[in-house]
Amino acid sequence: MSIPLSWFIILATLLFGIGAFGVLVRRNVLVMFMCVELMLNAANLALVAFARSLNDVGGETTVFFVLVVAAAEVVVGLGIVVAIFRRRHSAVADELSEMGG
Amino acid sequence: MNHLALPTVSYAALAPILFLLLGGVALMVLSALSRRPLAAGTVTGYSVLIGFGALISALAEYGHVNGAGPSSTVASAIAVDGFSAAIAVTVSVVVILASLLSHGYLRRMQIDAPAYHVLALTSASGAIIMAAANDLVVLFLGLEILSIALYVLAALNRRSAKSEEAALKYFILGGFSSAIFLFGIAFTYGATGSTNLQVITRTLGEGVAAKPGLLLAGLGLLLVGFFFKVAAVPFHLWTPDVYEGAPTPVTGFMAAAAKVGGFAALLRVLLTAMPQLSTNWTPVVYSVAVATLIGGAVLMVVQRDAKRMLAYSSINHAGFLLVGIVAATSAGISADLFYLFTYSVTALATFGIVTMLAGPRDDDAGIDRLSGLARRHPAIGAAMAILLLAQAGVPFTTGFIAKFSVIEAVVGHGSIPLAIIAMASAAVAVFAYLRLVATLYRTEDIATVDLGYDDSLTDGPAAFAIGLSVVVTIFFGIFPAALLDFGRTAVAHLLP
Amino acid sequence: MNHLIFLIIAFPLLGGVSLIAMSRRVREPLAGWVATAAVGLSFLTTLGVFITLLGSHSGGPSHAVTQHLFDWINVGALHANMDLTVDPLSITMCLFVTGISTLIHLYSIGYMHGEKDFTKFFIYLNLFVASMLILVLGGNMLLTFTGWEGVGVCSYWLVSYYFQKDSAASAGKKAFIYNRVADVGFLLAMFVIFFNEHTLTYSKMTAHMSSLTLTMAVLALLFAAAGKSAQIPLFNWLPDAMEGPTPVSALIHAATMVTAGVYLLCRMHVVVSASPTGQWVICGIGLATAFVAATIATSQSDIKKGLAFSTVSQIGYMVLAVGTGDYVAAMFLMVAHAFFKALLFLGSGSVIHALDGEQEMGRMGGLRKYLPWTYGTFLFGWLAIIGVPPFAGFWAKGSVLDAVFGKSPWLWAGGLFTALLTAYYMSRLFYLTFTGSARFTEQGPNGEAAVAHPHESPWTMRLPLVILAFCSIFGGLLNLPWVHGFGLEAFLSPVFGSSLVVPADSMTKQFLLAGADALVAVLGLTIAWVLWRGRSERPELTPAFLAKVWYWDNFYDTIIGRPATALANFTAEVVDPLVLDGAVDGTAAAVGGLATRLRKVHNGQIRSYGVGIIFGLLVILVSFLVVVG
Repeated sequence: MSIPLSWFIILATLLFGIGAFGVLVRRNVLVMFMCVELMLNAANLALVAFARSLNDVGGETTVFFVLVVAAAEVVVGLGIVVAIFRRRHSAVADELSEMGG
Repeated sequence: MNHLALPTVSYAALAPILFLLLGGVALMVLSALSRRPLAAGTVTGYSVLIGFGALISALAEYGHVNGAGPSSTVASAIAVDGFSAAIAVTVSVVVILASLLSHGYLRRMQIDAPAYHVLALTSASGAIIMAAANDLVVLFLGLEILSIALYVLAALNRRSAKSEEAALKYFILGGFSSAIFLFGIAFTYGATGSTNLQVITRTLGEGVAAKPGLLLAGLGLLLVGFFFKVAAVPFHLWTPDVYEGAPTPVTGFMAAAAKVGGFAALLRVLLTAMPQLSTNWTPVVYSVAVATLIGGAVLMVVQRDAKRMLAYSSINHAGFLLVGIVAATSAGISADLFYLFTYSVTALATFGIVTMLAGPRDDDAGIDRLSGLARRHPAIGAAMAILLLAQAGVPFTTGFIAKFSVIEAVVGHGSIPLAIIAMASAAVAVFAYLRLVATLYRTEDIATVDLGYDDSLTDGPAAFAIGLSVVVTIFFGIFPAALLDFGRTAVAHLLP
Repeated sequence: MNHLIFLIIAFPLLGGVSLIAMSRRVREPLAGWVATAAVGLSFLTTLGVFITLLGSHSGGPSHAVTQHLFDWINVGALHANMDLTVDPLSITMCLFVTGISTLIHLYSIGYMHGEKDFTKFFIYLNLFVASMLILVLGGNMLLTFTGWEGVGVCSYWLVSYYFQKDSAASAGKKAFIYNRVADVGFLLAMFVIFFNEHTLTYSKMTAHMSSLTLTMAVLALLFAAAGKSAQIPLFNWLPDAMEGPTPVSALIHAATMVTAGVYLLCRMHVVVSASPTGQWVICGIGLATAFVAATIATSQSDIKKGLAFSTVSQIGYMVLAVGTGDYVAAMFLMVAHAFFKALLFLGSGSVIHALDGEQEMGRMGGLRKYLPWTYGTFLFGWLAIIGVPPFAGFWAKGSVLDAVFGKSPWLWAGGLFTALLTAYYMSRLFYLTFTGSARFTEQGPNGEAAVAHPHESPWTMRLPLVILAFCSIFGGLLNLPWVHGFGLEAFLSPVFGSSLVVPADSMTKQFLLAGADALVAVLGLTIAWVLWRGRSERPELTPAFLAKVWYWDNFYDTIIGRPATALANFTAEVVDPLVLDGAVDGTAAAVGGLATRLRKVHNGQIRSYGVGIIFGLLVILVSFLVVVG
């Protein structure tokens, strides 16, 4: 018995949607950041699922690249968040709106 | 026992990328190992040399492709063609100019010079990778190399709260759009069975993509990723804030490099991998182009900050570049190549001048700071005026030729309404540019504005780079033939 | 000589550039002499090229010689090169442009004496001449447009030369804005022609288009010409442009730049002649402008404004001639008009100079005794413009009216009546200025200073007057109606080829028409004498409607500027609000309003920026869904 491809895709899309929704509604920068990671992992899930169904190793190798990219993003993102936290002692996205217009 | 089959790699073709990437890594290692901090002059010189190395190898690649025709390397993941060579030339020029423009600034602001240069070189290599990518995954990696370095660059001015805010906004939204882009890759992969651009177009040509829904969803997601990177309306909202907050030389670099990489990749994906879907993507690009042209021009008019104004100006330029994509002909692509090169030079130099004026803490680029500049420093004022007029598209500057060839291409394609909208938006934008030029030549209140930047105006390397850009802008504005031919030949050797 | 054509442009350009480079060292009067010499050399080169052209029979049926300087723009099908084309039409223009420019440069040395920005004035003047010559010699529309913009910019600088004065600054802006509006016409014409003919080179145009497209192209050209040449509906900037120094009014706003529109229409004769509808519209605009401006000129009290409206009216005649297809008549009047109108302006400048800047005719009178040279030369200019035989204007206007009669007697009647008005208002202007009693010797009611002894101008100002008076007397010799082998008609007709329509009237008819012209001139002169002898003010003859330019500015204000409040303003006395200011403000307000709304989206919140991205994504996906589904 095998789970059909469409289930994986629907799950991936759901995860992706949850992540996107989280970015839009959460105020804490770190949580927003985690939501972005969730979106990346949703994409990873889709890639692996497609790779399995296509019987092609390409999708699975891509996932490894994405993991590296995500790690790099974490490094940079946390660096920026820490710098901001030092100055403002808060990590609330809405407070970061000095510029606009 | 199975041996791992390594793909053949043409290092000559990768030379521009390798120069920048390895040059950046080497500089990082050197500065880490060195006991004393490296002298700023040494680092700038190094960076310029690396840029020249990339430029020469890109020109060599261009020459090679002209003779041998387009090909691909690294298991057909990287395209070796005139288009990528032309973009590599553009990016190399951007690197050279950006290094010169940042020199004095980094010293004044006491920013660690190697850090800036390592990031700029890395980021530039990402832009070339995007342009040369013949595989969506490679494209994604190029995009991330470009972007991650830019996030850090935006945060480089540690004294400014705006710089941090800009970096965070850019980072969160950039990651957001990257994720969307990656999801698009996954869907495209699922629908066509490959991430290689040639395979995708072959599959689409055979009509075997049995999942139109998946395919179109993938296309839509990919487009959003691109539109974010090139700052097209309504995906542009981050642009003005990031441009305003980032250190000014970084803004210039960002405006040039990110736009070049983004547009190069967008052109390649839409026109070589997915021409069969043009009935689907043309209306989207068309509508986004209209929104971008109008949004950029209209919002430009009301800005009181030079950097924000130039941000909206870059959005308006992005609209023009999208117009070239709507044309979707080789004339359109070569027009876009010309536009990208000339815009990069002009925009970099413009931000270079703004750098000189943005105050000792680089946190105030209000338009009134430019008031009477031409009276105090006629040479810099005149250069600024010329650069602004070039952005406005005044004849005898590259800006005119660029706008003209894009519009000509789209009219040749038959989209006359779009051409009219583009021209109308240019007219609105001209108003904003001219107002700024008028500000430069104002006589009153010269004495009242205390600019506190007089030492920054005697920044030799920056002045040299600005002068060079002005000469390029005017020279190719009067004699555009050579550069236009360069672009046309590059497009003739585009990997199909 | 043909490889030296570029020198015609190079000399004034070099003059201007070298003056810019040395502006800190060169002072009065050296700058003036340098500039004059530059334009003088250009005139001599033109003469040389002209003589070569006369002597050679090369250059094909239209006698055109092209000097290719370099490739300029090659984009797609567009090949616009730096080509200078000399043919009888352009050389005629060049001759009078450089000739009159030289005289006016010379005149300016005296007139601008003591001005603070003496050198700057001559820089602008030289750059103007260079741009005008690019306009004239350009072998394709794009090059002409370059010159067209160049003269526009120089005109703007020169009109607002006294920019410390608000009126001068706003007059400059007004001229600039009107000209930009007209540029739309030029650009439109270029686009229409390029996409139908695939060329912008004059010698390659064929007018193979559908009649609708053709008419569109002609109307766009006419609109462009209307801006530059101050025709209805864009004529109203020219009187305001009189804020510039008088030599500028003479050179740019009477003799040369304002005829550029007419020149453009002549240059494009292939296209213009192929559209009968377009030709009728051109006739209509020309006659309407001639008539309206003439009526306005009858009621002006400022001598330069009067002359300005007269210029508008005379250019109306030229446009009318273009509409009939008799381009030679248009060019003839253009040349003759350049002579006498430059003379009249320079004469008025001499008067103004003598009266310490007074321009109101109410403060003149009796200047005959004080300014004998100015009076003597102005006399001939006056007789020439009103069309008294045998002066230049008689022949030139006569050939236009003959051509108009061939087109339609009704148009001709309108033209003849306008000629009567011309004779009347010019005579009024002449009497008010030079005859009667001197009204400037006592202090004026509004505190104007008295001038005890007006002094005649220096020789640098008198010499141009004398030369131009000579030309106004004998200018008719350029194209006598019964001489066919010699003169403008024989010289120019190869250029126009089959486009040219020349009336083939019998001798009797020609004499009758000429007699009517002469009669009208004398009649107008007499009426003015009867009405204005010894009088300086007759309010019943200068109604506000005419003095205020048919409320034209207000009209624009109504339809473009502020529709809501304009009805009330229209009835009230409104003091010259700047028309297109309103339009510009309106557009700006629209853009500003849109921008204000759009700005709210840019609220600085990361999360709402993300909403923008998701919104865009959803719109794209839904649009795909609609297409697939």
